[in-house]
Amino acid sequence: MGNQKSKGNNNVVKFNRWGYIFLIPFFVTYLIFSFIPLCSTIYNSFFENYRSGLKQIGPNFVGIQNYVTLLGSPEIWKYLVNTLIMWVGGFIPQITIALLLAYWFSDPSLRLKGQRFFKTVIYMPNLIMASAFSMLFFALFSDSGPVNQILLALHVIKEPYKFFQYVIASRVLVMLMNFLMWFGNTTILLMAGMLGIDSSLYEAAQVDGATASQVFFKITMPILRPIFVYVLITSLIGGLQMFDVPQILTNGRGNPTDSLTTVIMLLNRYLTSKDVGRGGALSVFMFIVTGILSLIVFRINSTREKN
Amino acid sequence: MKKKVLGFLLSATMVAGMLAGCGSAAEAPAATEAPAAEAPAAEAPAAEEAAPAAEEAAPAADEGKVLNISAWNEEFKSRLTDHYPGYEVIDGTTGKIGDVTVNWLITPNEENAYQNRLDELLLAQDSAAADDKIDLFLVEADYAVKYTDTDYTMPIKDLGITDDELKDQYSYTQAVVTDSNGVLKGTSWQGCPGVMIYNREIAKEVFGTDEPAEIQAKFSDWDKFFESAGELDKAGYDVISSTADTFRVYQNNAKLPWVNGTQIQVDDNLKKWVEDSKKLADAGYCNTWGQWGEDWNKGFYPSGKVFAYFGPAWLIDFCMAADVSEPEASVANQGGWAATEGPQGFYWGGTWICAATGTDNPSLVADIMRKMTMDPEVMKDIVLKDNDFVNNRPVMEELANDPSYQNAVLGGQNPLKMFCAGADKIDMANLTAYDQGLLGDFQTAMGDYINGNYATYDEALEQFYTLALQRYPELTR
Repeated sequence: MGNQKSKGNNNVVKFNRWGYIFLIPFFVTYLIFSFIPLCSTIYNSFFENYRSGLKQIGPNFVGIQNYVTLLGSPEIWKYLVNTLIMWVGGFIPQITIALLLAYWFSDPSLRLKGQRFFKTVIYMPNLIMASAFSMLFFALFSDSGPVNQILLALHVIKEPYKFFQYVIASRVLVMLMNFLMWFGNTTILLMAGMLGIDSSLYEAAQVDGATASQVFFKITMPILRPIFVYVLITSLIGGLQMFDVPQILTNGRGNPTDSLTTVIMLLNRYLTSKDVGRGGALSVFMFIVTGILSLIVFRINSTREKN
Repeated sequence: MKKKVLGFLLSATMVAGMLAGCGSAAEAPAATEAPAAEAPAAEAPAAEEAAPAAEEAAPAADEGKVLNISAWNEEFKSRLTDHYPGYEVIDGTTGKIGDVTVNWLITPNEENAYQNRLDELLLAQDSAAADDKIDLFLVEADYAVKYTDTDYTMPIKDLGITDDELKDQYSYTQAVVTDSNGVLKGTSWQGCPGVMIYNREIAKEVFGTDEPAEIQAKFSDWDKFFESAGELDKAGYDVISSTADTFRVYQNNAKLPWVNGTQIQVDDNLKKWVEDSKKLADAGYCNTWGQWGEDWNKGFYPSGKVFAYFGPAWLIDFCMAADVSEPEASVANQGGWAATEGPQGFYWGGTWICAATGTDNPSLVADIMRKMTMDPEVMKDIVLKDNDFVNNRPVMEELANDPSYQNAVLGGQNPLKMFCAGADKIDMANLTAYDQGLLGDFQTAMGDYINGNYATYDEALEQFYTLALQRYPELTR
């Protein structure tokens, strides 16, 4: 008996070994492409290290000078606010529409026709490269572009509306693009969560005479919370790193008045002088900001759960 | 047992697959080198057959078989294709001169991409394989100093080109590519004195004449320019496409360089550009969009209702002559443009070719420079075929006085006298290595003021400094 048992343990250990071996590729890839660059970014952020023309300046150790300059300049806070405004503005419609669609798609009593077709169509915008999507919008909304032409022809406006010269209009365009690109993806994630909810719960609710909104808020949402938090945090991280859409739309200028410039676009501007030091400090700053915001989101959701 | 073997095999394949991924990435450069190295060898027999025909173009036989040229657009490529004897086109990015393969490395200027790539290539020049070394690279006046003031650019003398061969060039073109020790490090085939190019139809309608001398009288200074713009506006026309169009005119007439030591300085004339542009835009006499876009271009067509553009010969040939062959498509097609000096003389653009230190094709590089920028026959051909303004005083002066030379886009006008006079006045004393970045940032910030997004000039100036210091950490305000 004892012999048998130890053999069993042995098997478990052996299987575990395979588990570790199968994990090696992930860890090696992570180490080379994520962990080492992460450490070298932090290391580099303490140096003055850039190129003036073709001449290399540094690396000279300057302590936290890069952080002091970065956090002491008003523009970094402005860019952070820009980023958050554009993320929130895109995320609110995105999550609302996605929840609604996911709810409809996963509700068996609605018996929606052509679900497959619609699921494909709403995911489509995500397949286009963000830069191409951005170029498309730039052409559509330019002063003599099709949108202005249509509005002029319908006599809605008398002369072309200059979308890219107004802060609100250009920000709304960025939000619209982010919303269009990501609501399909979010819908699919939420739908997967909703389909995982035991249908007997819905049946029980129906028997008890719950209304549709009661079912949604008392059953669907609480059970969906883990997926919901996941969507929120991944979207937040993606949103903080917003780059391609505003970059292409404004040709890297963040016009008008720098109010479309995101934090990562600032990182890109350091490229002219290959400024590794300031770039490193900025990246570390973003790392910390992302960490803090993710923690806050996570906290808020888990305390609510306790209540 | 079987399971063990299977498990082992599976994990071994996975790990091997992953390592293979790393391996191929590391080997990638070698892999791309191979075809490049093989290409000339494979073509060698064909080249031998063609040798008698291309003999005069073929350089010393012991030199490299690949000529790498770094550029930001197709302009020099089309010049070389059309005018360099023995140049054959292979495909979009390669050509051949004798048995040397010409490899075009074209990266657009946008967002500093061209310079970023060129920097990396030049910095790797020492360690690069002979066929991967940059041989020729193109620069613009806005950042020429960044390259000529380093050892990465070869002195022209070292290529065997003598002062006597260079004597017909306009002196300003040499000043641009002369380094701080007075050594000439590049050469150009073109001169870029700018003029005001206006639409004849609109001129006739609004001013009752399209004669350059009479139009000049209406635009001879900035106050008159503004008055005439008002007349154009009443008739429903914009005087220029964008406020950006006049930027170069003001910028070239500035007295101060952009940077003094490490301090950024803004000349009064640039402030005047901002004020004048604001006046034009507020009055609705022109738009404020960026150059090169669809909106900006629309004045090239009759429906665009734009009176004038400011630019040198290349603007006429390279941009405004768009759709010239399509029936009744563009203003250029109907010969509907005419040129006059405008309020102030200026220059804009121009392309200089520099030899990279370490080139393995020095004699071919020297020959390209000689043929394209010093040979009067080739240069005259460029003027006749492309209406460019070439960097050769005798050729230009001869053509300026030649009644048979006519520019079809300008309705048969011969604008060369005007260009020649302009070329002599160009002063390049104010160049710095930071010009391109700074004047771009200045226009970005001021564009927002002109559009009314900043309330005051000072606010916009603050924004200019912010952008400039992001770009160049070594500068101060």
